[in-house]
Amino acid sequence: MKFSVTVTLKKDVLDPQGKVVENTLFNMGMNNLKNIRQGKYFQIEVNESDQKTAEQKVDEMCKKLLVNLIIEDYKISKI
Amino acid sequence: MKSSVIVFPGSNCDRDIAVALEKMKFKNQMIWHKETKLPKSDLIVLPGGFSYGDYLRSGAIAGKSLIIEEVIKAAKSGCLVLGICNGFQILTETGLLKGTLLRNKNLKFINKDVQIKVINNNTKFSNKYKKNQIIKINIAHNEGNYFTDSKHLDELNKENLIAFKYCDEIGNINKDSNPNGSLENIAGILNSKKNILGMMPHPERMIDEIISNKDGINLFSSLLN
Repeated sequence: MKFSVTVTLKKDVLDPQGKVVENTLFNMGMNNLKNIRQGKYFQIEVNESDQKTAEQKVDEMCKKLLVNLIIEDYKISKI
Repeated sequence: MKSSVIVFPGSNCDRDIAVALEKMKFKNQMIWHKETKLPKSDLIVLPGGFSYGDYLRSGAIAGKSLIIEEVIKAAKSGCLVLGICNGFQILTETGLLKGTLLRNKNLKFINKDVQIKVINNNTKFSNKYKKNQIIKINIAHNEGNYFTDSKHLDELNKENLIAFKYCDEIGNINKDSNPNGSLENIAGILNSKKNILGMMPHPERMIDEIISNKDGINLFSSLLN
């Protein structure tokens, strides 16, 4: 079973990389650009047929290593 | 005093700290990260560098390495633990120190000598310094911007757990003397039992007049005191 995990900095945490990308796109003429937050993306395959159990495993992976819960939020989706 | 320096793939200040410890007459051992046993030590040092190439987040992979379990056990039983630069990042990733180190606010790797002020000199790591003493010390990092939640920041202030703050030559602690955007100019913090110190500046680089200055010496002599 395959999942995607998207990790982004929390709303209140400054994202300087996202800001630089945002400014660059703005300077390139993308005037309607409102906001950019940069993040990380993981594609995770789990040896498990039950979706709920698999999701719990991925959630555990996020909490234990992939995500720094102090500064980051994450979202798990099945693919 | 017996010390152990933990060496990870990508550590690059491990020899420097070993030279500093040996100069101060510590009986030092280098411990490879794949070891599962830690020799009896009075001090454990997590050195600077780029453990595991900073993959995932700085210090994240080292924070789950085999030897770290032993470091956590020793730290919890009161052993002194010093994390410098990447070592500080590793300490936050293990949870031994709260908070985290974000990318420098200006997005640049900063390598320069800066001034820091000794905020708490009543610790095993800083008792040979005077309170509010200004020392000149090298920083070299990309992620040194200390961040924590407001509850923990209150705790740091109330319990006097901030060891060092960035300042200017005359001791002003403000935005201009903050090299990396760190919360309240924090350069180093302690845990509540004060047996663990994490700091971004490199005291091991300041032990010899010929190459820099001797402002880092007192950190090591404090430990021996």
